[in-house]
Amino acid sequence: MTIQDKLYLDRFNADKQSHLFIIDPDVCLYQCPEQYCTKFCPAHVYEWDAEAQKILVGYEGCVECGTCRIGCPFRNIKWLNPRGGYGVQYRQG
Amino acid sequence: MAERFDVVIVGAGPAGLSAGLVLARGGANVLILERGEYPGSKNVMGGVLYRHQLDELLPGFWREAPIERTIVEQNYWLMTPDSAVTFGYRTPRWADDPPNNFTVLRAKFDPWFAKKVEEAGATLITRTTVVDLIHDDRGRVVGVVAGRPEGEVYADVVILAEGVNNLLTQKAGLHDDWKMNEAALAVKEVIELPREKIEDRFGLEPGQGATVEMLGDATAGMLGMGFLYTNKESVSFGVGVLVKHLVYSGMNPNQLLERLKQHPKVRKLIEGGKVIEYSAKLIPEGGYKAIPRLFKDGLMVVGDAAGLTNAIHREGSNLAMTSGRIAGEVALEALAEGDSSSRVLCRYQQRLEETYVLKDLKKYNHANEFFDENPQFLRDYPELLSRVMREFFTVDSTPKWDKQAKIIRMVRQQRPLWRIAYDLYSMWRAIG
Ligand SMILES: Cc1cc2nc3c(=O)[nH]c(=O)nc-3n(C[C@H](O)[C@H](O)[C@H](O)COP(=O)(O)OP(=O)(O)OC[C@H]3O[C@@H](n4cnc5c(N)ncnc54)[C@H](O)[C@@H]3O)c2cc1C
Ligand code: SF4
Ligand code: SF4
Repeated sequence: MTIQDKLYLDRFNADKQSHLFIIDPDVCLYQCPEQYCTKFCPAHVYEWDAEAQKILVGYEGCVECGTCRIGCPFRNIKWLNPRGGYGVQYRQG
Repeated sequence: MAERFDVVIVGAGPAGLSAGLVLARGGANVLILERGEYPGSKNVMGGVLYRHQLDELLPGFWREAPIERTIVEQNYWLMTPDSAVTFGYRTPRWADDPPNNFTVLRAKFDPWFAKKVEEAGATLITRTTVVDLIHDDRGRVVGVVAGRPEGEVYADVVILAEGVNNLLTQKAGLHDDWKMNEAALAVKEVIELPREKIEDRFGLEPGQGATVEMLGDATAGMLGMGFLYTNKESVSFGVGVLVKHLVYSGMNPNQLLERLKQHPKVRKLIEGGKVIEYSAKLIPEGGYKAIPRLFKDGLMVVGDAAGLTNAIHREGSNLAMTSGRIAGEVALEALAEGDSSSRVLCRYQQRLEETYVLKDLKKYNHANEFFDENPQFLRDYPELLSRVMREFFTVDSTPKWDKQAKIIRMVRQQRPLWRIAYDLYSMWRAIG
C-alpha cells in the first residue's frame, strides 16, 4: 500500500494554518542535496518542487511523529504542535 | 477556564493521568490539559501494557478497562530475508488472575483511564495545546499559556507530561531536543482480522493474546525492531528504527513496513487482513545519559518527555505511570509544605533513582551505542544462525558427526570463534 492509501484511512482535522516551517529554504537548496525529509517522513509531507526550487510542506497530512524536527541534519525545520483539536485524530492508536 | 489551580498537568497520556489521579485523590485542585480531541487521539503505542504499575493505582483495572487480549505467549524472531530462528515462551498461567500483561489500543484505553481520573476529581480540558510556560521574575515556573483566548493558567506546580515531542520541556531550558541517535521512529498499522482467524493463526484460546518482536532483517540492518501484537479483532503491526539510521538509509519508513509484510513468516499471519489505521511516532531511546533535567522551581517532567523508556524491553507506558505517580506524590508534599521550589521537587528525582525506572535505564545506558557500533549483531549473526539451523534440521545422508564438524567449519569461516566469544562477552557487558 502507498502512503497516500494509508493516510486516507486516518482521520484528520486540518487547520487552515501550518504547524511546520522550513527555516531557511537556501539550506535545502544549497546544502542538502539529499533532501532527507522527502524520504524519511512517514506521511510524505515534504516534497521537492523542482520549478520553485524549494521544499513544499503538505502539513495537512502530518501524523505529528516529530521525526523531521530531529531528523533534518541541518535542524532546518521548525516544528509546533497543531492548535488544540486540530491535526490527526487516531481512532485505534 | 478558572485561572488558578494547585497543579496543572500538560498531557493526558499515562504519565499525566497517573499524576492527575494521585493528586486528585490527595485532594489537590488539579487541571489536565490535552491537545487532542479526546485523550488517546494523538497517541500511538505497540500496545503491550504491563499490569503491575496501573494495578497499584487502579486495583483490578483489567476487569473493567477496554483491554484487547491477555498475553500468554511472547516471541522473538531473529530474521533473514526468507527465514526466521524463533524463540518464545508460553504459559496459560499468564491468563490467570492477576495477569502479567495485555494488549491495548491507546485511542480506546486512554479515554477510559482519563474518565477514572476525572471521577477522582481532576478537571480535564481537551482540544487545548499549551504553547508556553509562565515564569515569575525569579525564573520559577508559575503557570502555563494555553493556545486559546485568555489561556493563562496559574499553578503552584506544573507537571509536563507532554510525551516525546517535549517542546515545553525545551522551553523551560531543561532539554535541547533528542539527537538523531537518541530516538527511534516507529510506524504502525492496525490490521483488522476476524477474532477466530487470529486465534487460529496464533494458536490462542478466546481472549488470549500473543506478541512477536522481530529482529535482524526485519529492520533491513538498521538498529530497531519489528512487532506484531494481537488485539481482539485486529493485529498491531509495526517497525521502529533509530532515526539516525533511517535518515541516512534513504529509505521511507512505510517502505520498511511494506518490506517486512512480505516476509514469508509475517505474510501468512496477516493474510486477508484489512489495514484500518496508519500511524507513526518517536520513541525516546537515548537511555540514562540522554535524560533531560527532570525538575526546576515549580516544574517537574515525567514520562516520555523525560526520556523514560526502556527500548530493550519495549517498556514505556509503565515507566510513564511510575514517574507520574511519584511526581504527583511530590507535588502533594510541595502543596502541604507550601514550597514548590527545587528544594522540595528534587525529591522526585531522588525517588525515581530508587525505583526500577532509573535503575533499569542505567543498566542499559550503553545498549544503543553498543548495537550501533556492532552492527554484526543485527546483520551477520541472524544470517549465521539461520545457516546453522538449516544445516541442523536438513536431513540428508551426512552422518551426524560430519554434520557437526561441517557446522563448526561454517561458523568459523564466517567469524573466528574467539571473535564470537568476544562479541558475546561485550554484549553481556553492555546489556547483561
Ligand atoms: C510505536 C510505539 C510502540 C510502543 N510500544 C509500547 C509497548 O508495547 N509498551 C509500552 O509500555 N510502551 C510502548 N511504547 C512507549 C509508550 O507509548 C510511551 O512510553 C508512553 O505513551 C509515554 O506516556 P506519556 O504519558 O509520557 O506520553 P504520551 O503517551 O505521548 O502522552 C502525551 C500526551 O500529551 C499531549 N500533549 C503533548 N504536548 C501537549 C501540549 N503542548 N499541550 C497539550 N497537550 C499536549 C499529547 O497529545 C498526548 O496525549 C511505544 C511507543 C511507540 C511510539
Ligand atoms: S532535510 Fe532539512 S535541509 Fe534537507 S531539504 Fe529537508 S528541511 Fe531542507
Ligand atoms: S512530524 Fe512526522 S509526519 Fe509530520 S512532517 Fe514531520 S516527519 Fe512527517
